[in-house]
Amino acid sequence: MIGDALPELSIDLTPTMVVSTALATMDYTPVHHDTALARAQGSTDIFLNILTTMGLVERYVTDWAGPEAVIRSIDVKLGVPAYAGDRLTFSGTVVAGEGARLTVEVRGRVSLGEHATGTVTLEGQ
Amino acid sequence: MTDRTASTDGTERTEGTEGTEGTEGTEGTERRTMTDEELHELAGKQTALGEVRGAPAADPVNVPMIRHWLAAMGDENPRYLEQGLAPPAMAQVWTMPGLSRGQKERSPVDDMMSALNDSGYTGVVATNCEQTYHRYVRVGERLTPATRFSGLAGPKRTALGVGYFATWNITWYTEDDEPVADMMFRVLKFRPPAAKAAEPYPLQPAVNQDTAFFWEGVNRGELRIQSCADCGELRHPPGPLCPHCRSAERAYRLASGTGTLFSYVVHHHPPVPGRETPFVVGVVELPEGVRIVGNVVNCPVEEVRIGMPLRVTYRRMDDRLVLPMWAPEEP
Repeated sequence: MIGDALPELSIDLTPTMVVSTALATMDYTPVHHDTALARAQGSTDIFLNILTTMGLVERYVTDWAGPEAVIRSIDVKLGVPAYAGDRLTFSGTVVAGEGARLTVEVRGRVSLGEHATGTVTLEGQ
Repeated sequence: MTDRTASTDGTERTEGTEGTEGTEGTEGTERRTMTDEELHELAGKQTALGEVRGAPAADPVNVPMIRHWLAAMGDENPRYLEQGLAPPAMAQVWTMPGLSRGQKERSPVDDMMSALNDSGYTGVVATNCEQTYHRYVRVGERLTPATRFSGLAGPKRTALGVGYFATWNITWYTEDDEPVADMMFRVLKFRPPAAKAAEPYPLQPAVNQDTAFFWEGVNRGELRIQSCADCGELRHPPGPLCPHCRSAERAYRLASGTGTLFSYVVHHHPPVPGRETPFVVGVVELPEGVRIVGNVVNCPVEEVRIGMPLRVTYRRMDDRLVLPMWAPEEP
């Protein structure tokens, strides 16, 4: 179990994806939906918000672990932005197991480098 | 940047690194730069406030928002809708302010952020988000956030500039005061490197007592041609003596600004600092009787012709230098 790799998940970060997730997380900050404004602030384009990064990390782990799994924690260190037009690719490895609790290390990469790295703990798989 | 610094939910406006950082204005009118000691003192005060409750979520945990969130995330886990549970990573979503434009409530984080902004640490980038879920929340439960400021570290040198790491925690409670989720959120508030002054144009004319009048004229949109104060002869470029009568007495006359192209070259190579090749260097004959060297612009290189009518135009090259150039005279 420890050392097992999760299957990779690649997500196309279309503008629709970036905007719909920002709004579904109730985040109306303009850099997540207003391209002109994002560029005026020095960004390449609109980019994913943090609440979405957290949600995608959760989805990535439960896609693998199945609906019975209970997510206990998600710790994310943020890196480069995930811009619209890019691809976000998740990879993961099981790094610890104690009783029913597993710890999975997750990495989300975009073309600029690591967008998010972190650990997820879960139970009841 | 117009909206919040940090909501009571700890959401930051700008995330990631390498160019996604933003800068923030400050609400209110009082702006005062604080020393490092004062910033840490304020951090201590904000930390001592402990947990400050915010307003309860506008809506209880509900199926439409869960369904919408799952669809946007592409999350097909059936557990949530089948069992009436919210995805745990939605913890923060329930108490987000959304598009509310009303009075925002203040949390212990806000005063710290304002002080950092006023002290020049206007850049912001989120660095860490850690969430712990004590249990999954159910449809119908209404959550209330409680925010506590938990630490200020700095000043530290970072790739983005000197800054402070500010950390706060939010706990979400049910109406029965049961804590269901915790979040630690950390941002770097940094001092953006000073914007570089515009690069000066690398080819500066030699301005001296003989030529200053010409450049002063150009800056005012005048084409001044030196004249002899004794015999009236025009001469260009300017010089100390009249080539006609040897007088050192000088004056100038304003040229009309029209001319014809007497001769020209197209410069392709070598590269010239501050210029894009190819460009045209022309000798322009003025109706006043002198010739002047200048670039022919606003005209494709292949359409430049000897004898073409031209009119002077003034181009700003940098903060200080304006150059006269020559464009085709509109027929």
